[in-house]
Amino acid sequence: MVVIIDYNVGNLKSVQNAFLRIGVQTIVSRDHDIIREADGIVLPGVGTFPVAMENLQRYDLIDILNERKEAGIPLLGICLGMQILFEKGLEIKETQGLGFLKGEVKLMEVDDKIPHMGWNELCFQQDHPLLKNIKERDYVYFVHSFMAYPADDELIAYCEYGGQKVTAMVAKDNVMGCQFHPEKSGEVGKQILLAFKEMIV
Amino acid sequence: MLAKRIIPCLDIKDGKVVKGVNFVGLKDVGDPIEIAKRYDLQCADEVVFLDITATYEERDIIKDLIQRGASELSIPLTVGGGIRTLDDFRMILSSGADKVSVNSAAIKNPQLIKEASDEFGVQCVVVAVDAKQREDHSGYDVYIAGGRENTGLDLIEWVKKCEALGAGEILLTSMDRDGTRDGFDIEMLKAVIAAVSIPVIASGGCGGIDDIVNVFKETNCDGALAASLFHYGEATIDQVKEECIKHGIPVRRNI
Repeated sequence: MVVIIDYNVGNLKSVQNAFLRIGVQTIVSRDHDIIREADGIVLPGVGTFPVAMENLQRYDLIDILNERKEAGIPLLGICLGMQILFEKGLEIKETQGLGFLKGEVKLMEVDDKIPHMGWNELCFQQDHPLLKNIKERDYVYFVHSFMAYPADDELIAYCEYGGQKVTAMVAKDNVMGCQFHPEKSGEVGKQILLAFKEMIV
Repeated sequence: MLAKRIIPCLDIKDGKVVKGVNFVGLKDVGDPIEIAKRYDLQCADEVVFLDITATYEERDIIKDLIQRGASELSIPLTVGGGIRTLDDFRMILSSGADKVSVNSAAIKNPQLIKEASDEFGVQCVVVAVDAKQREDHSGYDVYIAGGRENTGLDLIEWVKKCEALGAGEILLTSMDRDGTRDGFDIEMLKAVIAAVSIPVIASGGCGGIDDIVNVFKETNCDGALAASLFHYGEATIDQVKEECIKHGIPVRRNI
């Protein structure tokens, strides 16, 4: 069973439906007992870094996420849900993140339009099971203004934008994240979610 | 590099697609969701639902359509038509749409652009602009009411103002070309693209695959919107993209 963490950060329906399309039933929840039963956890998110962290605190979700991460449960952060996996965010004000991945999240330093919005090509930084069904230069859908600056060994894939490498996928052990929206990324997004599904079965 | 977007647009009235759609093997040719799903499979980069009834009574119908669209599509969905208030934005986005396209209401109340982008983010605020060349060729005027009413606003001043207020994208329709199938209005697009730094989508006049290739070769627009070309089955989105690739235009292909 996959649990999509419900912490009031945007519409979770499209994430839920994307999993349904690959035959995975999900539960949208913030209940500790349900989260503890999960074989896979998805941390979605649209909005701002400070509000996301405040909501995790308000719903008392930080300890349980830590506990499940330590238990080795595959955890996938999407968009803002990926950003808060990092140590800190500099959006609006400096905010401590979950700290599952090394690095910080700040405004993109690119020589192009912000937000970075649209379909962009993935370049692979290193091999990872999430990439098994897709190939380099496949397109995925991005909408974001802030980006993660991760440790080299935790960067899986990036895209090129405004003369910079923009972090697209990150991972460390069972903790994974996509800056783009796999649920809006057509067949490529579907294949990434299928790869995630295989990790949890 | 960002891909150039190919965007099919569906005109919807009373929950049904208005223009006839000519797809082989489609059970309900009037169902916007069935058609949008077909476009999704053909590798459309985004789908636009334009609700041309958009009366108060129709709100539940469009809400239901957006919810179904958002759940069944694997690409972004933009919804426009009759948006007047922040509550309209809220309803559309909470139903699962990715972007809201606003037209007349933004002209009557430009602050709506600012309020919407402050609350929901610039990425979901699309300002649709209908424009026509002045008779003396001195520039372009902005029109509303489907091209019937000249607002007297200058196109270039208006799009700059939209950007300053927080619009995330301009959907530019040429009223001179709309429905003619003579190709996009390249000159007008160039003028707008030079004036703003937000994405600009070309609309109005697309009559064939060549028109789409041409608009990407001649201008730096971010996407091209078309309706009848795709609805009547004259071209698939895949075919358009194949042709774009032959001309070195970056587009997303199916895997």
